[in-house]
Amino acid sequence: MTLTRRASLMSLFAAPAAGALFAWSTNGPASATNPTPKVPPAGGFGAQYFPNVLLRTHEGEEVRFYDDLLQGKSVIINMMYTLCQDGRCGVITSNLVALQRELGDRVGRDIFMYSISLKPLEDTPRMLLEYAARQHVGPGWQFLTGDPADIELLRRRLGFINVNPVKDADINSHTGAVRFGNERLERWCMAPGGTNPRYLATLVESALL
Amino acid sequence: MARTTRANREEIARAGLSRRDMVKLGLLSSSGYLVTRLGLSSRTAEVALAASPPTRPFIQPMPIPPIKQPVQALTPPPQVNPQPGEGRTRPHQALTRFPPQKLYETHAVEVQNFSFHPDLPLQTVWGYDGQVPGPTYHARYGEPILVRMVNDLPQNHKGFGIPQISTHLHNAHTPSESDGFPLDFFPSTVGGSQLFYDQHYPMQLAGFSNQSSPNGDPREALSTLWYHDHRVDFTAQNVYKGLAGFFAIFSDHDTGDESTGFRLPGGDFDVPMILADKVFDSNGQIFFDLFNFDGVLGDKFTVNGKIQPFLQVHPRRYRFRILDGGPSRFYQLFLTDLNNLSRVIPFEHISNDGNLLPQSVTVNNVLLSVSERCDVIVDFSNMAGTSIYLENRLPQFSGTGPSGGVLRAGGGNLLVRFDVVLPTVGDGSLPPPYTFFPAPTPTAAELSAARTRLWTFDSSGDQWVVNDRLFDPNVVMANPTEGTSEIWVLQNDGGEWSHPIHIHFEEFQMLSRNGRTPTTIERGRKDVARLGPDDQVKVFLRFRDFVGRYPIHCHNTVHEDHAMMARWDIVPA
Repeated sequence: MTLTRRASLMSLFAAPAAGALFAWSTNGPASATNPTPKVPPAGGFGAQYFPNVLLRTHEGEEVRFYDDLLQGKSVIINMMYTLCQDGRCGVITSNLVALQRELGDRVGRDIFMYSISLKPLEDTPRMLLEYAARQHVGPGWQFLTGDPADIELLRRRLGFINVNPVKDADINSHTGAVRFGNERLERWCMAPGGTNPRYLATLVESALL
Repeated sequence: MARTTRANREEIARAGLSRRDMVKLGLLSSSGYLVTRLGLSSRTAEVALAASPPTRPFIQPMPIPPIKQPVQALTPPPQVNPQPGEGRTRPHQALTRFPPQKLYETHAVEVQNFSFHPDLPLQTVWGYDGQVPGPTYHARYGEPILVRMVNDLPQNHKGFGIPQISTHLHNAHTPSESDGFPLDFFPSTVGGSQLFYDQHYPMQLAGFSNQSSPNGDPREALSTLWYHDHRVDFTAQNVYKGLAGFFAIFSDHDTGDESTGFRLPGGDFDVPMILADKVFDSNGQIFFDLFNFDGVLGDKFTVNGKIQPFLQVHPRRYRFRILDGGPSRFYQLFLTDLNNLSRVIPFEHISNDGNLLPQSVTVNNVLLSVSERCDVIVDFSNMAGTSIYLENRLPQFSGTGPSGGVLRAGGGNLLVRFDVVLPTVGDGSLPPPYTFFPAPTPTAAELSAARTRLWTFDSSGDQWVVNDRLFDPNVVMANPTEGTSEIWVLQNDGGEWSHPIHIHFEEFQMLSRNGRTPTTIERGRKDVARLGPDDQVKVFLRFRDFVGRYPIHCHNTVHEDHAMMARWDIVPA
């Protein structure tokens, strides 16, 4: 099979099925009549890339992801769920609490922290509120839940994926990776959320502030 | 869920994928068709599918980067200790012992109106001295140099790339403070003052600290190196944006002059080529997927910064120094005659990762993973009036690694067209085969004295781990003593992934690959070990002459930027 033949097969294969999640359209999930564009969109990583989906914070507030949480801001984003059986999400959260302390009062002022639930049906705002309290999370850090399809779209756009489809499909899989970004500068990177919080603070300060 | 499964099956049927295709793509689980959270997902496919705007092939010449020229003096003059305005944090170890005989000043700058191809709009990239790729350094053993790297990148740059740099001279025998350690990055300005970083390259053969070889071990001579940005977490972005160039070291044997020493093709017939695949968006602007984890693959193949260029050559021998400049693609390179696809045109493989082999080897292809180099001699003398192509025939659809097999001749990616149209000229180089110098093979005594360390490369929780640990530059994962040697076992435990593992400082010698003797070419000195799925490679390293921190990391630079890295230190004896 030639490269071209394979590529065209994969092109068909990548066409969106039930709620295609990796299309670059501005209006949420693409449909079968709006297949994944092959050409990366112009305009970089701004409003047209990030889904402006409606989310609920652990304090019960309704927010738009792009307008309210991202636009013009420096952010630290991870994904987790509160009822994580093996405790890995908790370990990452407590490490990020240490990072929050390292960054001090800049969190909530110069930098905003977001934890998006991987199990939004299970993680109600109340569950997230209790979790944040249990973990001694400080101000400037919001835990977020929402419609599962919206969360899934966010997960993909933010690159919290495993390229192995079997692992990616595991609903219980979780990620220890943390995204750092300065939306205004379109500057993004990822670091291991479980590493030394002082090192994480170095990365955040040098890349985002 | 059932509905999703049904939709997936219908989609698979539409795509015409066979069961074998499915298995190859990793989309078939033991229980049948795969079901994901919300339908089939294959970001892998999306990456491979990136389709940049069309460009006409072979309508522009391949540029050859200019040779970097020294300056008379630097202001302020270099000092052993870091000075005001300098990003360096540690004193030079060897500046006094090896005072620089040549001084260079290089500026990392934004380059506006750069053209990758006449069919694409002009665009903004980054380059050393405004060049993409950067100028080529020509250094000589025994002639220490100092490069003052000035960061002129725009502080409020928007888009991929970060205007903070740490420049690594890949494979050089360099003191730690000048090596370009990933955490040694510095910004362009602080408080309005321009910043720089003095990098001292002693240009000494490794082993000079040994009293029996005060001039170093001549078997350690390196030839083809490259320099590139190494800013932690942003290396792929910054290099993709243009911060890379060649660095050649000459010696009394590999002289650069085809009438002396080994008499390899020199001067205009010694041509560096950096291969780098890119993606362009619908406006024709260079595009880097900032939310990719596995690896960025381009569908546009640049050589020395130009998409699919041609190179006019004379009917004679040439030396090509070929580098896989990444970020994530592996290449298997062939010479292809499109008028006769069954024709086999050989390369004379003279060096691996820039290190001359003990003897040259005649091959019909060369394999390169990210940052690996090969120097090859190609003889065009019987091809006057014809054109042949440098072709990549290695299929790869994701950053996971090559997907297996080799594409048919003419069915791969044509990278450069060589047009043998220039007049016949003299050729003072010697014909192959070549005998160079023996490798510094470890002695039985060295092997028995060497400590063995295991390095495993894996992923955990969607993050990379080395020896089951996340990267923390404050943690020293190994601390060999200066003057000792060790055997490092590099083990890929990461399932389906391929990882080109690079170890800074002295190049190593491969002792075994999966328990077997490596090929003649791989047995030569190297600085990158290609680890395919489940591969285990044993290498022998010497830690001589300098001390300090160095990294070991995956050179799929997207993996590297997701912290597939560990720190190790050479500690004083």
